[in-house]
Amino acid sequence: MLEKSLTIQLAQGLHARPASEFVKAATSFQSEVHLSKQGKKVNAKSIMGLMSLAVKKGDQITLTVDGADESKAMAALETLLVEGNE
Amino acid sequence: MSMLQGIAASQGIAIGKAHKIEDRKLTVTRRSIEDPAGEIGRFHNAIQDSLKELQQIFRKAKQELGDEEAQIFEAHMLVLQDPELAQGVEEKIKLELINAEAALDEISNQYIAMFEAMDNEYMKERAADIRDVSQRVLAHLLGVGYQSASFHEPVVIVANDLTPSDTAQLDKQYVLGFVTDIGGRTSHSAIMARTMEIPAVVGLKHVSVEIQDGDLVVLDGSEGKVIINPSSADLQAYVKRREEFLLQKQELLQLVNEPSITQDGRRVELAANIGTPQDLPGVIQNGAEGIGLFRTEFLYMNRSALPDEEEQFQAYKEAASGMNGKPVIIRTLDIGGDKELPYLNLEKEMNPFLGYRAIRLCLDQQDLFKIQLRAILRASKYGKIKIMYPMISTVQEVRQANSILDEVKQELAAKQIPFDPSIEVGIMVEIPASAMIADILAKEVDFFSIGTNDLIQYTMACDRMNEKISYLYQPYHPAILRLIKQVIDAAHRENKWAGMCGEMAGDPIAAPILLGLGLDEFSMSPSSILQIRKFVKGVKYEDMKQLALEALGLGTQEEIKALVQQRMRLEA
Repeated sequence: MLEKSLTIQLAQGLHARPASEFVKAATSFQSEVHLSKQGKKVNAKSIMGLMSLAVKKGDQITLTVDGADESKAMAALETLLVEGNE
Repeated sequence: MSMLQGIAASQGIAIGKAHKIEDRKLTVTRRSIEDPAGEIGRFHNAIQDSLKELQQIFRKAKQELGDEEAQIFEAHMLVLQDPELAQGVEEKIKLELINAEAALDEISNQYIAMFEAMDNEYMKERAADIRDVSQRVLAHLLGVGYQSASFHEPVVIVANDLTPSDTAQLDKQYVLGFVTDIGGRTSHSAIMARTMEIPAVVGLKHVSVEIQDGDLVVLDGSEGKVIINPSSADLQAYVKRREEFLLQKQELLQLVNEPSITQDGRRVELAANIGTPQDLPGVIQNGAEGIGLFRTEFLYMNRSALPDEEEQFQAYKEAASGMNGKPVIIRTLDIGGDKELPYLNLEKEMNPFLGYRAIRLCLDQQDLFKIQLRAILRASKYGKIKIMYPMISTVQEVRQANSILDEVKQELAAKQIPFDPSIEVGIMVEIPASAMIADILAKEVDFFSIGTNDLIQYTMACDRMNEKISYLYQPYHPAILRLIKQVIDAAHRENKWAGMCGEMAGDPIAAPILLGLGLDEFSMSPSSILQIRKFVKGVKYEDMKQLALEALGLGTQEEIKALVQQRMRLEA
């Protein structure tokens, strides 16, 4: 299991398009992916769960991946959270 | 008979039998079950069936409405496949031994309530999406199907509300128009109706109760009126108006490939304003003679970092080649004021409209500016691109921008990257100061484009977003007309051309004056072009010159408006 603390840089946070992109990316990995913010932890393969965190720019979040492809997943998802899919 | 007034959402007149789409609040009964695995199986089948439908709707929307509208359904598919939703429903079925319908209803209601409680408008809208999706699955579980009712004769659709998926599925062959209780001009269904060219009136409050299935309904999407069971006199009047509307539309369509030329031979260019290359089909369908304003902000907005040169190049190239050699004026980044780019970390300002924006920002952050200029120049090889700087207020700004442009040109030339070396460069005249020195600026540039929205705001010292002083936002104020005249005359004295890319260029009241003042190019939303072309073809330039002269001598906007209206009636 890998865990990383990150500060969200995406201008719009994880609303709208970035949230969908993130879910699609997370779903492409076998590993379980979770995001937590202020003690609330959600399944990052769930669009509704993810949006319910209402992640905004500047928020501190923790990204957890657990599974066979965890290091690949961590690298890809971390980039997505920090830089967005541009 | 009764008449209702709503919001005009999509123009045109529809006359036909009402077909009510009942509010799809499906009734769910909670039942105890003995075979949880069977219920879970039913649930997954319903998800699969719903997914197939959504894929169809997505494809149809993409084809008929474009990528942006279709994106809604992509999001719907994600909701449908949400593992948390599925897990929640499965657990509920197993633990409480209840039917799939009840389990789904309860779980999705939890999510809907959660999103509705959020204090953010965007999140509240997501509640509607979840409802749309879960109702679709419920309908499958209940065996009632969710496909929009099928019709075999033309009907006027009557509903409390139409969800995006309802609207996207309307069959244009049978749907004459639609009326709804809720919604506004910018709601999804209204936007889709305009794209599909189906007449629609929304925001009618109780129309779905007042109309019965089979009632005869007349809807006037241009005025927002709905008449239920009209008298025969009214019916006849609307049948006639409908024919006139269709005839007019036909007539206008015949002007698509015609030049915009007055009866006494003055030719003007009618161009379109666009935001992205995806707007091109509408531009071409409406017979634009060029792009008068390509706003490049979209490339920069709603994202987390600056767009790179390649991405910009692709967008500009697409517009240039899509227009097949017709001019495409690309406005360099016009950010600031009410348009923010969070990732630039600009300071909050007391008066953003008078602040650090547009060309001011670009001349300060030259790296950003150079990337854009390089992308534009590279794309110039693929069509007839022109560059336009926004918010110019001094001669120095033009010179500085041009010297940066020269640098970029030299860099490209040194690397043997092809571009159009004689690319035209112009400025937007939208600050009174630049209008006042237009004679001097005209020596520095190839063309002017008058940006009326800002010109009016700055000249009248009137914030155009402030409703309390909206009476001061006067496009036909003599001061505005005089500034416009000065700009056009200054351009012509230097043998340059002057265009306009503000709202005014497509305004039927302003057009006669602008034509008379000698404006060479009118750039507007694509849907206004044919109407303005019809006007241009129907008048004499000499008459409009006379009209403009008279207008300039009047003291108030009201007098000017009345003069134009009276004269145009006489012309017709």
